[in-house]
Amino acid sequence: MTATSPLREVSAQDTLFESILDLVRRTSTQLPDDVVRAVTGARQNEVEGSNADVALNVIGCNIGLARDSSLPLCQDTGTILFYVHTPASYDQLAFEEVATEAVREATKKGYLRQNSVDSVTGKNTGDNTGPGSPVFHFHQWREPHVEVKLMLKGGGCENMNAQYSLPHPDFGGRDLKGVENAILDCVLQAQGQGCGPGILGVCIGGDRGTGYSFAKEQLLRLLDDINPDPVLAELEERVVEKANQSGIGPMGFGGKTTLLACKIGKLNRLPASFFVSIAYMCWAYRRRGAQLDLGGNVTEWLY
Amino acid sequence: MALVKLTTPIDEQTIRSLHVGDTVNITGRFYTGRDAVHHRIHTGTKPPVDLEGQIIYHCGPVMVKEGDQWVCKAAGPTTSSREEPYEWEVMRDYKIRGVIGKGGMGEKTLAACKEYGAVYMHAIGGAAQVCAASIKRVDGVDWMDLGSPEAIWHLWVEDFMAIVTMDAHGESLHKNVFEESKARLEAMKV
Repeated sequence: MTATSPLREVSAQDTLFESILDLVRRTSTQLPDDVVRAVTGARQNEVEGSNADVALNVIGCNIGLARDSSLPLCQDTGTILFYVHTPASYDQLAFEEVATEAVREATKKGYLRQNSVDSVTGKNTGDNTGPGSPVFHFHQWREPHVEVKLMLKGGGCENMNAQYSLPHPDFGGRDLKGVENAILDCVLQAQGQGCGPGILGVCIGGDRGTGYSFAKEQLLRLLDDINPDPVLAELEERVVEKANQSGIGPMGFGGKTTLLACKIGKLNRLPASFFVSIAYMCWAYRRRGAQLDLGGNVTEWLY
Repeated sequence: MALVKLTTPIDEQTIRSLHVGDTVNITGRFYTGRDAVHHRIHTGTKPPVDLEGQIIYHCGPVMVKEGDQWVCKAAGPTTSSREEPYEWEVMRDYKIRGVIGKGGMGEKTLAACKEYGAVYMHAIGGAAQVCAASIKRVDGVDWMDLGSPEAIWHLWVEDFMAIVTMDAHGESLHKNVFEESKARLEAMKV
């Protein structure tokens, strides 16, 4: 970091820089425990020696290799999404600058691929920065500490996201039946292209923009949590059950494991609109987090 | 479903003997090529390497330069369907014998596999370290102006594992799984 600030601040910024760099490294190389449990546990449902079994075996090996060698689990280190909660007085601009610098360093070290491309000229910035990269979602809260969650979402699964506007001639009206049919159509269209077994984050309602954003935020939930809304909890369960009877299977090879989980949230909508927004996440579901004190030190790792 | 060892360059007869479901272990040269490479070839630029008998790997690896040497840090497959508008042309004009990627490809590519003698081989998406473990050397790179993930990397691989999911006989696992899953989900509609 440049030493333009008073000494005390520089030190806190250096600490924050190291904490974020470590968070990026961990996120890119170590799959969270809940995901490891789900994806390795799924293998017992597949026929031994089938393509699905082979795929899940390779996935299991890959998780171990990436962790042990501290190298990226997947070469597509994806969109870099920071979800940050800070106390009201906290300098979010400074956080953004330091985290961006940490992303540059993580790219140099090979924890992140050079993934930020100018959409008109096609030029790669080479360091993962530029308009829209990395992405920061800041929220204030009344806790005394900072919480930062990081999600790396690959392009293969991002391309499988879908948004439906109900009513729809193929999927039905503005009710949970229509929602369920729309979600399962997304699973059908994705097949193996989103690197399944997948995990869905879904938003019912909202506008088109916030719907997609909120759908992605559902992916911050733990895989084995239970939705506090019993209606949504039931829908989540039904979607997973049906998807796993579709026969799409891991990588779209055929098999019993198509989805590992489905997490559904809802936002209010306009009387005129009814969107179902779906964020498809690959098995290489990279999300990690940390609690930080105001000096930038990690006080607890999340997930 | 056989286990077949392949060495690049591959001849047409060998490729035509493969069937959907076969597992292949490949040793030899891979050229990476994804969106920008296919687009550039499609718009009339000749590839900088001789692709006859070779395999194109749909992959944008993580590469780091250590001293004078490029080192491959992660290299799993990328989604192949984006190359569907172009791949048949590359098969026709440059006689590649196969592509490796993930997610499968469509009718144009399937028809080209049959007509020109090529197969689609599926690596395990997301398994960048397992794939990278088979990549023993980086021998060169072309079209670096496209950016590192989009460049043509010359990789030397040993025992790279993939599953044939589209063959030169017109069979596609992806087509079959899509039709089957569509029927099943249709029956479960509410």
